[in-house]
Formats: sequence, C-alpha cells, structure tokens
Amino acid sequence: MNATGQPVPHRPELLRVDGVTKAYPGVVANSDVSFAISEGEIHALLGENGAGKSTLVKMIYGLVKPDSGRMVFRGQTYQPSEPRAARAAGVAMVFQHFSLFEALNVAENVALGMENPPPMKELASRIRAVSTEYGLPLDPSRMVGDLSAGERQRVEIIRCLLQDPKLLIMDEPTSVLTPQEVDILFRTLRQLASEGTAILYISHKLEEIRSLCDEATILRRGRVVATCTPRERSAREMAELMVGATLTPPARAGGDKGAVALEVAGLSVASPIPFGTSLKDVSFAVRRGEVLGIAGVAGNGQDELLLALSGELKSASDAVKIDGIGFGDMGPNARRRVGLVAAPEERLGHAAAPDMSLVENALLSGVVRKGLTRAGFIDWTATQDFAARIVQAFDVRTPGTHVAARALSGGNLQKFVVGRELSQSPSVIVINQPTWGVDAAAAAAIRQAILNRAAEGAAVVVISQDLDELLEIADSFAALNGGRLTKPRPVQGLTVEEIGLMMGGAHGMEVVHHGA
Amino acid sequence: MLRLEKRPSPSRFWQGMTPVLAVALTMVAGGIMFALLGKNPVEAIRTIFWDPLFNEQFASYSRPQLLVKAGPLILIAIGLSLGFRAGIWNIGAEGQYIMGAILGAGVGLAFYPAEHWFIFPLMVVAGALGGWAWAMIPAILRTRFNTNEILVSLLLVYVAQNLLAAMSLGLLRNPEGGGFPGSRNLSQYPAAANPELMAGTGMHWGVVAAFVAVIAAYVLLQRHILGFHIKLAGQAPRAARFAGVNPKALVVMCMGISGALAGLAGLFEVSGPAGQISIDFNVGYGFTAIIVAFLGRLNPVGILFAGLLMALTYIGGELAQFMLGLPAAAIQAFQGMLLFFLLAVDLLTNYRIRLAVKKEAV
Repeated sequence: MNATGQPVPHRPELLRVDGVTKAYPGVVANSDVSFAISEGEIHALLGENGAGKSTLVKMIYGLVKPDSGRMVFRGQTYQPSEPRAARAAGVAMVFQHFSLFEALNVAENVALGMENPPPMKELASRIRAVSTEYGLPLDPSRMVGDLSAGERQRVEIIRCLLQDPKLLIMDEPTSVLTPQEVDILFRTLRQLASEGTAILYISHKLEEIRSLCDEATILRRGRVVATCTPRERSAREMAELMVGATLTPPARAGGDKGAVALEVAGLSVASPIPFGTSLKDVSFAVRRGEVLGIAGVAGNGQDELLLALSGELKSASDAVKIDGIGFGDMGPNARRRVGLVAAPEERLGHAAAPDMSLVENALLSGVVRKGLTRAGFIDWTATQDFAARIVQAFDVRTPGTHVAARALSGGNLQKFVVGRELSQSPSVIVINQPTWGVDAAAAAAIRQAILNRAAEGAAVVVISQDLDELLEIADSFAALNGGRLTKPRPVQGLTVEEIGLMMGGAHGMEVVHHGA
Repeated sequence: MLRLEKRPSPSRFWQGMTPVLAVALTMVAGGIMFALLGKNPVEAIRTIFWDPLFNEQFASYSRPQLLVKAGPLILIAIGLSLGFRAGIWNIGAEGQYIMGAILGAGVGLAFYPAEHWFIFPLMVVAGALGGWAWAMIPAILRTRFNTNEILVSLLLVYVAQNLLAAMSLGLLRNPEGGGFPGSRNLSQYPAAANPELMAGTGMHWGVVAAFVAVIAAYVLLQRHILGFHIKLAGQAPRAARFAGVNPKALVVMCMGISGALAGLAGLFEVSGPAGQISIDFNVGYGFTAIIVAFLGRLNPVGILFAGLLMALTYIGGELAQFMLGLPAAAIQAFQGMLLFFLLAVDLLTNYRIRLAVKKEAV
C-alpha cells in the first residue's frame, strides 16, 4: 500500500493536458495550461479563487469546451462533449457544492446519478460493499436531509466509486469537514490511489496538500506558474507561488480586554430556513477588544446565529444583551443604533442588493449610524461620500461607486461589505465568513481591519469555517455543532485534536479505518 | 444560434428604449392583425394613434377624453407600482376602485340635497378609505395567515362588483329614478360634484390628484428612505430584512396606498365623468392600470406617459370601431400585445443577445 504517498517511478501516464486555453468575455480563465497525471497519483491543483482551477476541471469533466489545446486520456485523444462522455471514459468528479435531494434517501440519490441504475435492493448492497471497502460508512436507506455535510460528501464519493473511475476529481473536499473527517477522507483517497486510481485534488489549503499529494500544479491568473512536489516545499513557499507576492501575517495587539459588550445567554430560536438548524441554548460573552472565533462545519447554525445577533431573527429580550441591555426582541436598526453591526456570509442578496449601486448599498446598512437621512429624506451627497470613503479605505477595485454590486468580483464586494460595517465606528461586530472566496491578499487586509477595530475597543464575533483564519485572529474559540455552542476557550494552548472534538468529531466514525 | 448573455449592469439605454420598441413592435404586429381582418393597417394605426388628437372632425371631442381616461389609470397605476416594486401583487385595484366609489358616493348622497363646502372633501376622504379598507382584507390575510394576495385581491373584485349591483338596485338607488337601477347623478349635485375645471380640457380633480401622485411617488422613490426600502424589498428581500425592513409592515403599507389611490380614482370618476353609481360603473381601469404600471416601467414619470398612451388606445380604439368597423376584441388584443411586447423586450435591459458561433476544440 502506498500509504505514505511516495511517488512510484514509471507509472503509466493517465491524463495529459496540453496547452489548453479557455476565454470568457472579458477574462481569460485558462491560458496555455499543460500538466500530466499518472495512474495512482494524487495531484494537487493549487491556486487562489479565480485562478482558473474550476474552469480547468470543468473542461476535463466535459462541462466546458476548451477554445484550443488538447487532452490525452489513456493514450487517446480526449474531448468529452458532456459529463456523460467523461464518466463513460472513466472520469468522476465530486463537486464542492453537493447535488443531492434532501427528501430522498442515499440509495435513491445515488441511483439518480447513474445511467442505468440497478434495482434498489442490489444498489443498496453495492453501496454497503463499497462503503465498507473504502472505510466510508453509509446507510443506503437514510434520508439525505438528516445527514451531516461529511456524510453527504460520502454519498457523492460513493456515487463516483460505483462507476469504478480511473480519475477522480475532488473540488475543495475538506471545506465542509471536521479535522477527524478529513483524516478519514485522506485514508480513503490514499487507498484509492494505491489501487491505481488517479486523484486530481483541488484546494487552497496548503498543509493538506503537503500531507496528501504527490505532485502539485500551481495556477495563477489562468496560467501554470509552477509545478512542485508539495512535500519538499514549505506551505509559505507554495502560498507565495500561488499569490505571486510576499505575505505578511496580520499583526495583533495584545493587551487587556474591557467590559463585556455582547452577552448571549440561553439563546434558543427556531430556524427560519427549511432544513435549517435551530439554535439551542447558546451562551457566550465577548469583551471589548476581544475576538471570539466560532468554528463549525457548514450548516450547524452559523447562519441562524448571525441572524439572531444582527436582529433579523428575534428572540427573548434578555437572550441577547448589548452593553448589559436586552436587545433580543429588537430589530437590526435598533441594534445598529447602540453600536452593533453585522456582515452576513452571503454577499449578493443578503449583505448587498445585487442590482443596486455601491452608493445605494452603502445606504442599506449605513443609514442609521451614519445619519444619512433627515426626516426620512435621503442625503445622497453624504451617502455618496460614505461609499467613496469605503472604496478608498478598503481598496475596493471598482470603476466607481455608481456600478451595481453584482459587477464587482467576490473579493472586492466582500471588502466593500466588511468595510461598510467596520466604517461605522461599531462597538460590537458580528461577521460570518469574513474572507470566504476572497484572494489571499484581500483576506489578509480584511483580517487586519477586523483586528484593528478590536484594538480600538470593539467586541468582535467571527463565525468561520476556516480554522486557520480563526486561530490567526481569535482570542477565544468556540464551535457550533447541531445548533449548540461549546463553551468558549482561550485559543492559546488549543490543539487541532481538541478543536476537532469541539466541532463534533467525526460523528462517531473514528474507528472505521482500523481494518483498512 | 442566438444566445442570451447577462449584462454586468442593467443597461440604462434599454431601460428607456424598451417601451418605445414595444410600442413600435405592437404597431407592426397589430398592423398585421388588422390586415388579416381585411382592414388597411396604416389607416387603422392612424385612426388609433393620430386621429383622436389631430383629426379636425374628432379632436374637439377626443382630446379632453384623453385626460378623463388617463387620470384614473395613472392614479391607480402609481399606487400599484409601489407594491409591484416591493414584490407585493395587488391585482384587485378594480374592486378597490368600486369600493371607493360606493363609499364616497354614499357619503355624498347621505347629505343630499344639503349644500355645504365640506361635502366634497369628506367624499374624497371616504373614497380613499373605501379603497384602503378593501385592500386591507388581502393585506391582513397575507400577513396573518400567509394567504396569496394575488388571489384574494382578485377574487374580491367580483365581490365588489356584486356589492355595486346591490347598491345600484337597493340602498343607493335614485328614489326619483322611476325604478331604474342607479343612484342620483352626483355631477348635478353641486356640493358633491367633481366638475371639469377648465372647459374643453377634460381636467378634473381626479386628474389633479393623478399629477400630484406622480410627483409624490417620484419624490418617495428617489429621495425617501421608505421608497428605498420598497425597491430593496423587491430586488433583494433578504437584504431588505438585513436593512431592518419589516416585510409585514411593508405589505400593509403598499396594499394600503394602492387601495387608497384606487378608491380615490373611483370617487373622482363617480362624482365626475360617470356621475352616478350604476351596475356597469366600472369599465376595467383597475385592470388596465396593471398594464400601465408595467408599460411605465414602474417609474412614476413613465407611468404618466404610459397612462396617456393607454388612454389614447382606448379612445382611438373606439374611434376605429365605429369608423372602420374593427371588432372590440381586436382592440383589446392590440392593447394586450402592448404588454406582451413590453415584457418580452424587457429582457434587453439585463441581457444582451449574441450570435453564438459554435466552436469545437481542436
């Protein structure tokens, strides 16, 4: 078994991508990209958001046609016209966002993705066989709506494995997993590789790639900028290759924390979202100058917690206290008035209105604290100034404040949205996924801005699925699991193991790989 | 192969041009329809769009009619457009129009034959109140029980029509009318009449109210935070809640405003051009106003022009009926085409059409 992932010499080449180019109106997603994968190799495709990783794998999976260039798969010219052709050739893909029906069970979901599904009973037993063989326990009769994100991913993986693929593409597979679940997944992937299946592994998490992958191809702005053996490079080196610049980690000012600014006690609210997670007895307190990091696998109540703190979801008055006064039953604007600002995860549609200009979007949440109206009449000049100041202070790249929010790239809009909240001299800041889908340079700027506000005396709650981010900026740490929050603990001295357990471990499945 | 491509930002050019293009396409398609009916299409289009305003023989009668017909259309459409912008679909303006007329006329007739200065203002308030109350039924059912305001408001139109018939046959029937259905003629009762303000223009208080509504709505949408919240709720409901908008309060407010304006339109109609409550008092202004609202792109100034255009097709359509013998259904189909083409070409604001050349990878 190739458990350590040492490259085996003279493995036959499986896939060669040769000079592939794909342009969209206004942007070249892939420019003259070439790389090769051998059988049984775990190959990392590394790059920031927007570097062209997705376009590249979509071409391999037959979802997008290249403008030029060629691909060779198992010695033959390969140009899949659609995913079905790619699957027939032996290419399978697990997407970052699952395509599963929550109201159907596991076997039914698997059957939906197959060309000629066998009878349900036979399929169920095949699912059981494959899942034990690869250490991915899964009950075929369970409803997908009741599964955790990690278990849902297993459904997708098993769906692929049933096709006996030669090449398995995995798009950011660990973003929804706890550290323990990541271990299970890696063992499965190594087992697959040792049996000759090649794996194309897309990620921007460098430590993972160092421990798992044999080779790495690094993309930047649609071009291959480097290939390397990840084990021989430091994470820092690879990050700088990926970003093309030297990175400086954010500086944090230590010092004493002030009085408690935000106190949540016994907060229980039902989720307004179908298949959402209700909050159960959530309690914590954040002092002025303190950053509380809240981790958790997606879908464990993060959205609901943000809504309950921002005021979009109301609760008992004393469940949420700002500076000692109960605000649980008050709406967002009452909370803004006393200094609480919030930045939701979803930029387009929640934090910002897609078709409205940046000026209008600055008004959206800035109107209360910035005093942008007089007797209800909008002061457009002042609003314009406010928007322009955000754009300048947070380095938002835009032709002007008149453009629609949806015309901005994800990272720029995120800078605008976070900047809008941080520019309101808040005393309490709540942010969900502050750097989701943002490039490394912008992410560093956003984190630094958050830390600066904390240093100025704001109490900060950062909800994030990026553990590295939380460990970098948080003073104390808690995890959401099934709508319950663990007791916050100081970040200093926490081990990854402990964090994983706080996030819910691997849902009682740690033992499965013993026999594998 | 034609392909649609989303524009990065909505095109300002097409925002302004789509109504013009829609009118042009309607003329072409309508012309073809008229030709198929055996009429000269050029003559038919000219009779509808040109003759009511500029033909020496008809213009003296038709021109004032333009404001008389456009007034209620604009007034109702302005109210509807606020709700439509917020994603609140009041389809029952016709019913609110009827209820405004019944309540307003009822208040006026209650004073008959007294002459006081306050009778007409009181009727105006009652008219607005009647429409508002009728719109509150779907609004409260929606906020309390999550019913669909489209269905409820629409079905209440038929209830209102039956109430109208009952009133013209019963409570409000003219005691001196010799048993005929219908109320006393309010236009002949000075304290309750809504007369033509300037002879030969068709201008009455309802037209004044429509102009005021256009200006007020324009200011509300451009300058006031309430207008901003209305637009926000329609474009991004979750962002609206984030901005602190209470969706239920917004439903009640938008339904209330549109109901009150429709009620006002009904009151001005019954005390002016129509003169009396009768079984066939309502002629569909409440429904046509929906077309007017969209034709005007839910923009107050746009609605002003759309209302005038729609009124023109009404008057011109009638003219074409008796001058050219075009069937009434053809005129209605013609008006329907206008909305159809408008909604179709509306796509151009957010998308551009591209000729896609199929390319294979080599």
